[in-house]
Amino acid sequence: MNLFVLLKMVPDTVEELNVAPDSPALDAEFLRFKLSDPGEQALEQALLLKEKHGGTVTVVALDAPEVDEVLFTALAKGATRAVKIGGDWSRLQSFAAGQILAAFLKAAGSALSADALVLLRSQAIDDLEGEIGPYLADELGVPYADVVTGVTVTGNSMSIIKEFAGGLRGEFTLPLPAVLGIQSAEKPPRYVPIAKVRAALKSAKIETVDVAPPARLARFALERMYKPEAGGRAQMLEGSPEAVADKLVEVLVQQGLI
Amino acid sequence: MSDAILVLAEHLRGEISEITYAMLGAGRNLAKALNAPLYAVLLGSDLAPLAARLGAADKVFLVENPQLNLASAGTAAALLKELMAQQQVGLVLVGGTNVSMGIGSVLSVRTGLPFVNFCKKISWDGALTCTSQLFGGKILADVKLTDGRGVISIYPGSFPAEAGKSEAAPTTVKLELPVAASTVLFKRYIEPEAGDIDITKQNVLVAVGRGIQSQANVALAEELAQALGGAVCASRPVIDQGWLPLSRQVGKSGMTVKPRLYLALGISGAPEHWEGMQGSQLIIAVNTDPKAPIFDGAHYGVCGDALELVPALAEKIKAKKGAA
Repeated sequence: MNLFVLLKMVPDTVEELNVAPDSPALDAEFLRFKLSDPGEQALEQALLLKEKHGGTVTVVALDAPEVDEVLFTALAKGATRAVKIGGDWSRLQSFAAGQILAAFLKAAGSALSADALVLLRSQAIDDLEGEIGPYLADELGVPYADVVTGVTVTGNSMSIIKEFAGGLRGEFTLPLPAVLGIQSAEKPPRYVPIAKVRAALKSAKIETVDVAPPARLARFALERMYKPEAGGRAQMLEGSPEAVADKLVEVLVQQGLI
Repeated sequence: MSDAILVLAEHLRGEISEITYAMLGAGRNLAKALNAPLYAVLLGSDLAPLAARLGAADKVFLVENPQLNLASAGTAAALLKELMAQQQVGLVLVGGTNVSMGIGSVLSVRTGLPFVNFCKKISWDGALTCTSQLFGGKILADVKLTDGRGVISIYPGSFPAEAGKSEAAPTTVKLELPVAASTVLFKRYIEPEAGDIDITKQNVLVAVGRGIQSQANVALAEELAQALGGAVCASRPVIDQGWLPLSRQVGKSGMTVKPRLYLALGISGAPEHWEGMQGSQLIIAVNTDPKAPIFDGAHYGVCGDALELVPALAEKIKAKKGAA
């Protein structure tokens, strides 16, 4: 199969996020970037499909801080090619990102071969202008499905599992080539030892390509970005684990739970 | 009078989804402020009984076609675009749910209107301001739609569903619109996996999130749950790691639970998770991050390492129960 995985870097929300003092954007100084969780799942799903059906996995990402490490890690995990689209994309919103990736995939031509499948996150935590998967599919003129948690390919068509809500899922079929928004891979993302990533750093290469930036990086200007007010904050219990455990037991007794 | 406001009425397996009422409630307020009519549209088959539930709308359009049940984003967006032009619609509300995901995105591209995702608040003061939650609920962003035109995805749980429920019989209009044949075909529903334990029926749930760090530590939570006479459930990252089965997932795609006690260990409280457990009677959260959003909604909070607290807590609960 001819598999493409589009990876997006997002701020690591384990770190504290701050808003820049002078503009409605995150304060870049304290940001640490990581691959978006569903992006990691999309990569795993592509690697599983490659193991089963053979072919190549091309990982593609827009330039961003720490993206090289993510691309080398993908190569160490088994991706065939890593491509970085060069440019300053710090102010890029999702619609323009979709335009750039669509231009890349069209130029790559092979993205539309009969056995091509483009996988990406179903939705990222900062896709304020919308998910780009359906847009890409529209641009490429191929079918699309999202919130996907399973993919079975048979010849030139596939069946996919989509999540609805409350544990309910649905099975759909669609032909290849196609674009899939992945929520979860069929298996947990594989672990890759750091030694293997280092080996990839030495032996493998990231290809850098240029794509003309779109006319507008964002479709609308943000008025304001801010932290939510702490509403009805929890009553915080403090002390050593022992002391806190005592207080919690008290609460549970009061509530008739023990 | 302004251009109409249109709600894409979401339905699943013959039921109107809760998000539809939330959108109608939000739409009703906007319609009043903008002096605009509020429309709803249903796509799919056997729509008449569904339309009867949408009395909060001034008019309900029905596009009957079995191909439109669980239609792909592209197919749905093509119809909505046509309807917008025919009926002078300026603003469209779609559900920020797994069922409707992607439709707003494509509609925006095809109409050239802006699309605002993750919206949890809308206000009108001569321009429309949408407030969206980003980065797992840690940051809010205000977007202004100066002419009040656009496509907005409404985040579940942000607007009260009650406001969009009405006993009134709506005016319904059947529309014949061309439906492009889709190559994405729905085959069947897959029922929720019957796990060993039904977490929706538990009085006490001990929920584990990313902060639990490893599969081995899930056993600590199991021990605590046993001491409390409850079960262990989890947020998405834990399920995706394969540490617990899908039947234990709480949140947007997983189960909605309302136990008497929800004890969240190492869960940050992202909106997707909150959606599934906000109805719990007592929420106690343990997290190392003092700014974790879970503390905003929980009743009691502990800023610390759940792995240190849990064994002590389990012992004390057992001792208390033994003494009682």
